[in-house]
Parts: sequence; structure tokens; C-alpha cells
Amino acid sequence: MSDTGIGARMLRKEDHRFITGKGRYTDDINLPGQAVGYFLRSPHAHAEIKKIDIKKAEKAPGVLCVLTGEDAAADNIGGVICGWMIHSKDGSPMKAGPHPVLAQGKVRHVGDQVAVVVAHTMAQAKAAAEMINVTYKVLDANVDPVASQKRGTPQVHDVASKNTVFEWELGDKAATEAAFASAAHITSLDLVNNRLAPNAMEPRAAIGSYDEGEDHYTLYTTSQNPHVARLVISAFVGLAPEHKLRVIAPDVGGGFGSKIFIYAEEVVCLWASKRAGGVPVKWVADRSEAFLTDANGRDHVTKAELATDSNGRITGLRAKTIANMGAYLSTFASSVPTYLYATLLSGQYNIPAIYAEVDAVYTNTSPVDAYRGAGRPEATYVVERLMETAARELGMDPADFRAKNFVNSFPHQTPVIMCYDAGDYGASQKKAMEMIDYAGFEKRKAASARKGKLRGIGFSNYIEACGIAPSAAVGSLGAGVGLWESAEVRVNPVGTVEILTGSHSHGQGHETTFAQLVSDRLGIPADQVAIVHGDTDKVQFGMGTYGSRSGAVGMTAISKALDKIEAKAKKVAAHVMEASESDVEFKDGSFSVKGTDKKMAFGEVALSAYVAHKFPTSEIEPGLKEGAFHDPTNFTFPAGCHICELEVDADTGVTEIVDWVAVDDFGNVINPMIVEGQVHGGIAQGIGQALTEAVVYDEGGQLLTGSYMDYCMPRADNLPSFKLGFTKTECPSNPLGIKGCGEAGAIAAPAAVMNALTSALGVKDVPMPATPQNVWNAMAHLREAAE
Amino acid sequence: MPAISMTVNGEKVCGDVEGRTLLVDFIRGNLGKTGTHVGCDTSQCGACVVHVDGKAIKSCTALAVACDGATVNTVEGLATNGKLHPMQEAFREHHGLQCGFCTPGMIMAGIDIVKRKGKKLKEETIREELEGNICRCTGYHNIVKAIQAGAAKM
Repeated sequence: MSDTGIGARMLRKEDHRFITGKGRYTDDINLPGQAVGYFLRSPHAHAEIKKIDIKKAEKAPGVLCVLTGEDAAADNIGGVICGWMIHSKDGSPMKAGPHPVLAQGKVRHVGDQVAVVVAHTMAQAKAAAEMINVTYKVLDANVDPVASQKRGTPQVHDVASKNTVFEWELGDKAATEAAFASAAHITSLDLVNNRLAPNAMEPRAAIGSYDEGEDHYTLYTTSQNPHVARLVISAFVGLAPEHKLRVIAPDVGGGFGSKIFIYAEEVVCLWASKRAGGVPVKWVADRSEAFLTDANGRDHVTKAELATDSNGRITGLRAKTIANMGAYLSTFASSVPTYLYATLLSGQYNIPAIYAEVDAVYTNTSPVDAYRGAGRPEATYVVERLMETAARELGMDPADFRAKNFVNSFPHQTPVIMCYDAGDYGASQKKAMEMIDYAGFEKRKAASARKGKLRGIGFSNYIEACGIAPSAAVGSLGAGVGLWESAEVRVNPVGTVEILTGSHSHGQGHETTFAQLVSDRLGIPADQVAIVHGDTDKVQFGMGTYGSRSGAVGMTAISKALDKIEAKAKKVAAHVMEASESDVEFKDGSFSVKGTDKKMAFGEVALSAYVAHKFPTSEIEPGLKEGAFHDPTNFTFPAGCHICELEVDADTGVTEIVDWVAVDDFGNVINPMIVEGQVHGGIAQGIGQALTEAVVYDEGGQLLTGSYMDYCMPRADNLPSFKLGFTKTECPSNPLGIKGCGEAGAIAAPAAVMNALTSALGVKDVPMPATPQNVWNAMAHLREAAE
Repeated sequence: MPAISMTVNGEKVCGDVEGRTLLVDFIRGNLGKTGTHVGCDTSQCGACVVHVDGKAIKSCTALAVACDGATVNTVEGLATNGKLHPMQEAFREHHGLQCGFCTPGMIMAGIDIVKRKGKKLKEETIREELEGNICRCTGYHNIVKAIQAGAAKM
């Protein structure tokens, strides 16, 4: 292994600009003559708009234009869409209400955008927005997803009767009912998967710029998938055809799913630029605006049950989930509580019968869509809480109960679509138990008790489906797009290389890991490789980064293009070295002719390919540039075992995580340093969900957690250092053997924390987030027993 | 509009600002130094930490006029003659950053912690001292390691 090849802990190439303050995020970009856009937003959760009077605002100092939903309709600016069709049990298509870029007729959540003011300065724009007079007829709000489908609950969208977007099912209902009818034991849990705000540290931002001379638009935006943004804004919003719209996602300061989606503000900045006569319009969310308008994550209410036989084997699992979609269906919202959720309800286990029902409902809250893990954390939470609870009820060690039910042979077809291709769940669990000294837990618990602390230990043996995803498969499940990835490898005449990729890096370190792949394959130093991404004018259409897909899908596309580069370079080398192509070998960056001392470095062959003096250009085209599209043949299935050990202060309800072990099987790893960083960050987000974070609305739909003063982000002193270990089964469905690592921590962690906490307290459940107050309330039985 | 001047990263600068202009907006807008970031509006996230007269402050919570005549250092001023500051180097060495957005604030806060607490920093001390800086990517694990290592080399 070289210092820069696959498997090397190579330091990141992109770091220099970030640690010296030279990163280039959207808000760091300023175009000549740029104006600012400021959105007037609804103060009400649910109201009819009777009238909007903008006359005074239009004449205010510095104002270039004021636009409302009526203007958008007049200009045929379409709404933003949800790109995944889900059908209900009865075969009817999901009921997607309109999502105009500026509200038309009605506002549906606090923060819904009502008008935009474009002015020279932010102060002018804000002052003018104060002069807009909106007459609302305030309506009752529908905030509680569980009450959403009840008669008499206010209707968010006319098209969705009883606020129901879809009533969907997966699995074999009859077989599952039979399994429960004959079960020796049934474990039941009522679980709430709390709503979270993704909170990438860089708030969303957009600059729209219209060039009248070319009738062409440019959008700078905080996006994880600029090509998809361009496609949606072109094909569905109808702003401009794709060749008249360039989307650039420069450095992006974290995404975690929230920057996949196409948001109204991006469209409005583009459109407003044209309306303002070609003046570029910049909008940057402040954090309060982000809390109101970024798509949230999770928000499931689930009744889950596990059936076991008298030997402790699982015979069935069923779940009924209400999924809160918020006020509008965001870009991929419908896929999250369905095909990204219920398809993982088999966990790491042999479960012969599974049946899931999911009702997706509208409420007067901000939209909910994919957030790190997207559906898979919710599934893992259901499965792993059930596993731990069932083990306790059956009087079995949770590790033994899991081991008894592990899937041990592959491929394994689950009853819920997924076909697991490789894994060794026992190996991960065994290693994790050794690393945390599972055998010594009782001793540590006793020591904690002597300090007045309650100690608990909890497992979470997660599995996820990543590398999203085979296009035909997701198409059959309702996706409006294919989920392949593209790559282009441009070799320069001097032998340096540019990789143009449809993947987008917003913290994942692609500039390093992708260069490692190229270095490994072509035998050139990684600093001779540039990764180009995030600009639709430079890079051909690509699908972007989410679902831990950039390694398994994006890098495989690069790998395929590199295969073609190697094949062509061999042809060129054969001509130049006057040898038969079949005698040319490529190794460690050199082409050589078998049985001779003839040799050419990769750079020399590249130069020959461009000079084109020594081969027949009628047979071999000059140049050295190849592209590839890769469509995966299966999902990938990262899996592992996380174990959390914690202490609860019985007097205060404060929980402290004292030890954390994560053993993950990601298949082959390109850069262990980067993979470990991904796991750390994911765990922290999962612990945040379990212990500190929740988006909370009051009964009237006002957001109570609208800033970092109220929404408790995990700080450094809420978290421990993490102990990581790895096991490996190579992924058989891509040539690199990669499974993906971006979401694992966030998927695994909440169940590990809550299993540990319930073990410490001796209770069945504590609501997330397990704040000191919630923990204190859950300890009532202990206080009563003590009295 | 009041005219102000200050020394930023060793350079004399001046500008006309409104009374309400925040230091961070002066640094980013007037001076074009965009390494200092804004991640929140409640003085919680610490992406905007700079040093004013040798002390770390959140530049989103100081008025530019209040810093008239001050000596301000931002992340752009840390490297000297192309040589990275030990704290910058430590963040790179220990993978203390992912998306990079909180990083300038983290580095500036890290240097300030060393100034106040010394070069031998315990993990608990660093975690406690980072209370005013939020990172969403790293889980702080490698930031803590980076600050510990950077401190030792300062």
C-alpha cells in the first residue's frame, strides 16, 4: 500500500483551504451589483391569505422589487415537487398538495414564505418587508401527527382527505398475523422517534443571477446534488431549460440530507434576479430561518411488536407507524418512512414474517424529509429496542438473544424486499463485546452504585441499505429518477488527472479519497489528481451525494472510467513501444512489454496519446479521456454493533455516557481516518437524538425550539471519546468492495443509548430526548420504592 | 456613518460603518475576509470567533464601532510566511475538520484555550472549554485530539 493509495490514512487535500480561512462557501461569494433577497414569512401555522398589500414596500428606499405568490403564478413559476411516488394499500397515488415557491391563498406552517423583497441592502429589505401588509384569516392548526387523521382536525391540503398523504403497507400481513397468533411470547413497544433539525453548521444560502444577454441563469447554492436541483428547477418549476441554467454548489458546510432538497428560496432568487432586471439576488438563511424552513428529520410514532417462539427464536415482527410529513411533501419525503424504513425492519435477524403499515400525514409544521440515515435510524430504533426489550422479557442475555437470531448465510432474502449480500454480524458483536469488556459490566455497575449512580449497558446491532441504488429497482418502487452515478477521467498531456464526478463533497473528503483511488489505479501521486465537482457547467449530469453512496456508487463510476483509460493507454503504449497490445502490462504507474526492458511511465503514454504521432488515429482517437456511468446492481449493507455504557445520576436525572464502542463492517475502506471521522460524527448526532435534541411545536404550531438557545445541539462536553473497531466482509456488488460509512453512527446510536438507559433505570421506555427531566420522570418508581 | 480603523492580521484597515454593523460583518463584508463564519444568530455556535486585543470573542456579538482602534486577528492571520500555526497544523494532522465551516472558530477558540489554560490540556478541560463552539460533523472526538496536540506544540 502506498502512502496515497487505497487504505492509506492520507491527510485531507482539502484541509489547507479550510484551516486557513480560504474555503469558498456560497455566502463567501459576492457577484458584482448583487442585491439581497429577504423573505417575509408567515407568523401563523395555518391561515388563509386574504390580501397582500405591497404598495408601500415597493416604494421604500433601496427596493428593487417585491414579489408574491400571485406574481409567481402570473410568471408561470411552478411549485417545488416531491420526486418519489408512493401508492396506498388501495392502489391510489399519494396525495401531494401544491407547494408554491411563495404562498398562494394559504400559509401552512410558521415560516412559510409569503413574499420576497429585493433591495440593495439587508437593512433596506427588512425595513421594506415591515411595510408589507398581509391580511390573514387565522385557522386552527393541526400540529399533532397522531390526531392528524381524526375527524375535525383542520385540513392542511384540500387534496389530502383526513390529512393523509398515503396509507402504505409492506410485507405479508396474513403470514405475520399467523406468526403472532402462534407466538409463545409477544413483546410490544410504543415508540416515538423524535423530530430533529439537521443543523448543518453552514445555513442554507442561494445566489440567483440572470444574464439577459444570454437569457441564461446561474444559481450558487448550498446543495448536495446540484444537477438534481437543475433538473427540478428546469423540468418541474419550469424556470428555464437545463441548458439555460447553471447550478454551482461550491464548498458546502455540511448537509446531512437537509441540502439534498430543492427549496423555494433557490427558485425565488433566480426568478427575482430576472424580475429585478438581471441584478444578482443573494439570500442567506439566518439560523432562526433555518429552524423554520430546513426540512426536518424523523418524527415517527410507532407501535411495534415482536413475536418469539418458546426457543427464543423470532417468528414475526409488525409495526404501525404514523409518519409526520409536515406541511408540504419535500423532495424525497415520501421515500423516507416507506422504502428507506420498512425495508430494514428485518435488522440483522432471521425473521420469517414482517408486516409494516405506514400512514403519512400532513401537519402545520415545517416539512420532514431525509436526515442522516433517513428511515434506517427509525427502523433500527424499532428493531433494536424490540430486541433488547424482548431479551429482557424472555430472561435472556441481549447478546445471546441476538446471536441466536442472526442471519448467518448469504445471500439472505428478507421478507421486506432487501437481499443482504454479505456480512458477519456475530463477528462485529463479539469484537464489540470484547472491546467494552462486556463480561466486566456487573462489576462496573456495582462500583457505580456505590457512587450513587445507576449504570446501564445497551446494544444496537444496526444494518442499513446504502449505495443508493439500482435504478430499475428504485424506479419500480416509485422513484422519479435513476440512482446511478457518473464520472469522467480527463488525463492531461503531462499525465496529471482531473476527475469530474457527479458526487458532491460537503465534508466527506472526496478530494482526498477519490484521489486515493486514482493514485492507486494509475500509480501517480495523489497531488497530481484534481477532483472537480459541484458545477453543472463543468461536470456532466450526476446524481449527487446522500445515502452513503459516493463511495459505493460514485467511486465505482470513477473506477469504471479508469478501466477504460487503462485499456486505451495500453493501446497507445503498444504502438509507441512497437509491441502487441496483449504483451503490454500496466503496473505501478508503468506500461511495460512482457519479456523486454521496454517501459513507459503513465505520463509518457498520456503525452503520446495527445501528440498522436505514433499510432494510427483512424483506429485510435487522439487524447486520453473517458467517462462512465455506474448503476449499482444491489444496495450495499453496512452493519455493525454499537455498545453504549452510561451512568445516570439518580438525584438529578443527568445521564453521562461513560463508554462507547462501535464495531462496523463497511467492507473495504479507502481512508480509515476519514471513515472513523464519519462514524464519530454519526454517533454524535445519534446521541444528540437520544439525549438532547428535539424540535418542539406548541399547540398552535409555533416553533418553541427556534434557536440554539432552545434546540440543544450536542456540545463537546455532552459526548465521550469513541472507541472504534472494524470487521470486514467485502461488498460483492461493486468492484471496490465498498459498503459506505456516512450514516452508520446516526443509525446505530439512538437505540444503543436508550437500551442502556432503560437497562440502568429498569424501565421499558424513556421518551427521547432523555433529558434530565424525562429521566427524572422515568425514575418515579425507584423513588417510590425507596420511600 | 462612523469611520473606524483597526489592525486586522497586522494590517491597518479603516472603513465607514453603520452603528449597528457587527464586527463579523465588517470583517466579512468590508474587508472581504470570509474565513470568519456566521452559523447562528444567538451567539451560540462560535463559528465567528476571532481574537480582539488578544482575547477570543464572538464577532457576531460585538459592534464594529466598539472595536475601533483594536487589534483583531482572524484565521487568515494565523499562518506566518506560509507556515501554518501549530493549531492549524494539528487540525489537519488529526482530522479535526470535515465540512470546515466551524473550523476557523474552533481553531481560534483552541488557541485561546491554550493561552488561558496552558499547553498541557486534559480532555475534560478542552471539552468544557469548547462549550461555546458547535460542530455538527466530527462529534468533537478529533477536535479535542487536535487541540490537545496543537496546544503541546504551541
